[in-house]
Amino acid sequence: MSAFRTSDGGRVNRAAPLSFTFDGRPYQGFAGDTLASALIANGVHLVGRSFKYHRPRGFLSAGAEEPNALVDVDRGGGRSAPNLRATQVELYEGLVARSQHRWPSLKYDVGEINDLVPVGLFSSGFYYKTFMAPAAAWKSIYEPFIRRAAGLGVTPREADPDHYAQHYAFCDVLVVGAGAAGLAAALAAGESGARVILADEQAEMGGGLLDEVDATIDGASAKEWLAAALSRLAALPNVTLLPRTQAFGYYARNFLGLAERVTDHLAAPATHAPRERLWKVRAGRVVLATGAIERPIVFPDNDRPGVMLASAARTYLNRYGVKPGKKALVFTADDTGYAAALDLSKAGVAIAAIVDIRAAPEGPGLALAKAAGFNIRPATSIAGVEGRTRVTGAHLASVDADGSASPGRLVACDLVLMAGGWTPAVHLFSQSRGKLAFDAARQIYVPGEAAQAQRSVGACNGTFDLAAALGEGFRAGAEASGRPSERAYVVAGAVAPSGGFHGAAPHPRDPGQVKAFVDFQHDVTAKDIKLAVREGMRSIEHVKRYTTTGMATDQGKTSNMNGLAIAANALGNSIPEVGLTTFRPPFTPVTFGTFAGHSRGDLFDPIRQTPMHARAAALGAVFEDVGQWKRAWYFPNEGESMHAAVKRECLAVRESAGVFDATTLGKIEVVGPDAAEFLERLYTNPWAKLGIGRCRYGLMLTEAGFVMDDGVIGRLAADRFHVTTTTGGAPRVLAHMEDYLQTEFPDLKVWLTSTTEQWAVIAVQGPKAREILAPLIEGIDLSAGAMPHMSLREGAICGVPTRLFRVSFTGELGFEVNVPADHGAAIWDAIGDAGRPHGLVPYGTEAMHVLRAEKGYIIVGQETDGTVTPADLGLDWAIGKAKRDFVGKRSLRRPDMLKPDRPQLVGLLTENPSVVLEEGLQITAKAAPAKGASALGHVTSSYFSATLGRSIALALVAGGRARMGETLHAPIVNGAISAKVVEPIFYDPKGARLDA
Amino acid sequence: MLLIRCPYCEMERPELEFRHAGEAHVARPADPETVSDEDWAKFLYFRANTKGLYAERWRHTHGCGRFFNCLRDTVSDKIQATYKAGEPRPEATR
Repeated sequence: MSAFRTSDGGRVNRAAPLSFTFDGRPYQGFAGDTLASALIANGVHLVGRSFKYHRPRGFLSAGAEEPNALVDVDRGGGRSAPNLRATQVELYEGLVARSQHRWPSLKYDVGEINDLVPVGLFSSGFYYKTFMAPAAAWKSIYEPFIRRAAGLGVTPREADPDHYAQHYAFCDVLVVGAGAAGLAAALAAGESGARVILADEQAEMGGGLLDEVDATIDGASAKEWLAAALSRLAALPNVTLLPRTQAFGYYARNFLGLAERVTDHLAAPATHAPRERLWKVRAGRVVLATGAIERPIVFPDNDRPGVMLASAARTYLNRYGVKPGKKALVFTADDTGYAAALDLSKAGVAIAAIVDIRAAPEGPGLALAKAAGFNIRPATSIAGVEGRTRVTGAHLASVDADGSASPGRLVACDLVLMAGGWTPAVHLFSQSRGKLAFDAARQIYVPGEAAQAQRSVGACNGTFDLAAALGEGFRAGAEASGRPSERAYVVAGAVAPSGGFHGAAPHPRDPGQVKAFVDFQHDVTAKDIKLAVREGMRSIEHVKRYTTTGMATDQGKTSNMNGLAIAANALGNSIPEVGLTTFRPPFTPVTFGTFAGHSRGDLFDPIRQTPMHARAAALGAVFEDVGQWKRAWYFPNEGESMHAAVKRECLAVRESAGVFDATTLGKIEVVGPDAAEFLERLYTNPWAKLGIGRCRYGLMLTEAGFVMDDGVIGRLAADRFHVTTTTGGAPRVLAHMEDYLQTEFPDLKVWLTSTTEQWAVIAVQGPKAREILAPLIEGIDLSAGAMPHMSLREGAICGVPTRLFRVSFTGELGFEVNVPADHGAAIWDAIGDAGRPHGLVPYGTEAMHVLRAEKGYIIVGQETDGTVTPADLGLDWAIGKAKRDFVGKRSLRRPDMLKPDRPQLVGLLTENPSVVLEEGLQITAKAAPAKGASALGHVTSSYFSATLGRSIALALVAGGRARMGETLHAPIVNGAISAKVVEPIFYDPKGARLDA
Repeated sequence: MLLIRCPYCEMERPELEFRHAGEAHVARPADPETVSDEDWAKFLYFRANTKGLYAERWRHTHGCGRFFNCLRDTVSDKIQATYKAGEPRPEATR
């Protein structure tokens, strides 16, 4: 057993020793230890290097507020986590932990040179004043250097192999914090029968009670009272106990996020278990019992290993059976500092002295300490600390009535305890939008007016006395459960916080030459905060951001109040006048995986597949994502490149026929006596006179007059239309229609039903299309006279009901077979069989894009971007001229919409026909435009056309229609591609092939 | 996460079931052809940015699918009332 482990006491299981390593060295601890307590038991205090100065650091605390002892724990196989607080890492057999931010070793870290350069070189905001010149040095020197030097910890390189669960939960009363007040609240609410959830961030519930050895509650020792309370709560079926569960965020209407650590403390977790579980809790009432956090005192070199919070020393001793040192100097401003000295002394730690920054302290703790005969010195401060990798002594300073300090003696010690007072943990209260109130007498912020159905109880409410905290918790729990009641508790032997100090402790040294730390994790000193104020930062938000105090992963838990006090003092204002920065979730860092849950990899987004997906896959299709849909992109034969496949598919469509899955396009059934009137208002086109069995290409605009969507619309009856939309636009179009129907035109009698997934759509396009389909169709005459281009018929195909459209997006004779989705695959097979002898070839979206571009058909989202009008596209013909009103009409005659130099749709033929322009290339008048010259437009679609044997492109070009025949340029790296402006149609401009 | 009372479903549902739909009571002019360019631009692009009680629309997209109106305090994020499409904005109460 190590020299620093007590022979008995504490709550660790001395019958269960555990082996672990830190920086490769083996150590032993016990079950119930944290990594911190086990290291201290082995006399290890140097555990890290600070962020900026690379100063040696030890443990400041014993809990979640730890700023220094950040370690990397690696379980192998990609399960490594950096920046874990060693004070919260539960020890297990075989744990492998490493320190961070040091090279080559923790003891000899090259980075420490930052601490040795002239004081002030790296003070706050140094990066706003450095690395400016020469500009050329930025990329090759400054940035690489800063990247290497910055950051804390090393991110894992492998994907996270663990899985994480998420869970919604509902309760009548959520109690956050299982210390004395929280337990009392949970007992009161639980006994009343309410559904209660009690959550605590620690593995063992009990909070501050876990550190009490002398206190009694209603006659029982704190330990016994705690055990009985937990046992009672565990027995209540309406109470859910959640240890290891951090309430990290408080959202609207009593909705809280809780992160439960499920397996990190286990040496060999079951593989089916999630690593963490996110609880998304909606509570009827919330009781916040989040406790208080002890403040360090700001004095020169207060960051040396061996300088820690007094309550932390008490926790290591009473909870873990570990003495943090052999000889302690206690520097206190609060009565609890004396309680820590008393406990340590009983365990055999020598107390060199207790220095109190206050001139005339009072309190029961002090009385006990006096009675015990300690060396107590009021009106005394600490001017500095000896020892670099471990405290070896502290220089005292006497504080005069006017607040100035004069040098005192050097006290030898290996432990300096700071008891700066207690800050109520109001983070969750503030996140819930509660207003804080400043208690001027005690100089602390406490919860004021709450914004939600909640109560704060115990230390987080500024109620430090144990009996009062228990009573307050009980009352709140009872009230929250709907059965108000009260009770008193009798407590003895507990020393409550009283007193406290904020700001920089006085010392006689040159303040410009010392480092007195305020924010340990971000290496922010008192000097830095004063510098920020001198440089003009007035608001605490600016002071925070300029100095980065409170911005590290500990979010200022141990630094905010001291930082605020120093800033207030420098500004000559009171603390409430300066104000607090905003509290934001999460309270402590939460693993990404916990938020992601199962939304990863294949489950990140739903995948939508058509009924013919498996058929396409079997044919060797390569798929592309269109929104959430998988669409067959091209169908390569064995060994065929994409270019070759697309070329083959395009030629087959034009020469014989191609078959294409068009199921993903949106379909909306528009039904009702006012169906035509509704379409008149939502689309540019006239619909009232569209004959039954006829189709029209519909153009939809936003109210601002820009093209929003397009699609063929067919009329089945006077009161029934089959509307199609683009694949990506389907949900948006339906929402847009519902918006107008429900809120602008509610008097119209029309109903809208999405039928996108109800119809499988198989397009057959090419000169052989009719020959292939006709034998399969019943009840429809497909001949040219009977079924002209842009018509629709109902009948059957292979015995299955069908809506058959004669439409073409390729410019060839074409049909689109709509069948109920469940029949899609079978009909695809039937068409494939019928088509094979005719040379029918499946084609994908790439070939589809090329074929339509050869015809100059636009694709919304490709030729349009939300700022393009019908006139820009040459689609004025689609606007019903006699229509008085439709969505977007009024906007079309706004002055900007009529400018002649608006980008207009044109075709581009590159001078070198084998050169294919890249989509998105800018178009300019000159091959080498002057710097600052504007582009004329850009390339919207560009392909190699097998049909034409050369490249083609569509583009939007300023005043494009007046530029026919002009040569324009597309600048590229080291040159430009020149192209001639032509009409945006490259094949069969008269459309003769459509009328086949 | 807000709890919003859908006035059609007549129950409070979590915010995830809804989509915000902009400022409420912005009526499309009955005869757009008679509106000036300036007024039409205001209708298209200008919306109130109220600090305090704000009338806005929500749609119960993962529920009944209806649009409705809501009075929400943009500072406290508290919802004061929800009411059906077409109904007038209720009198503000504290």
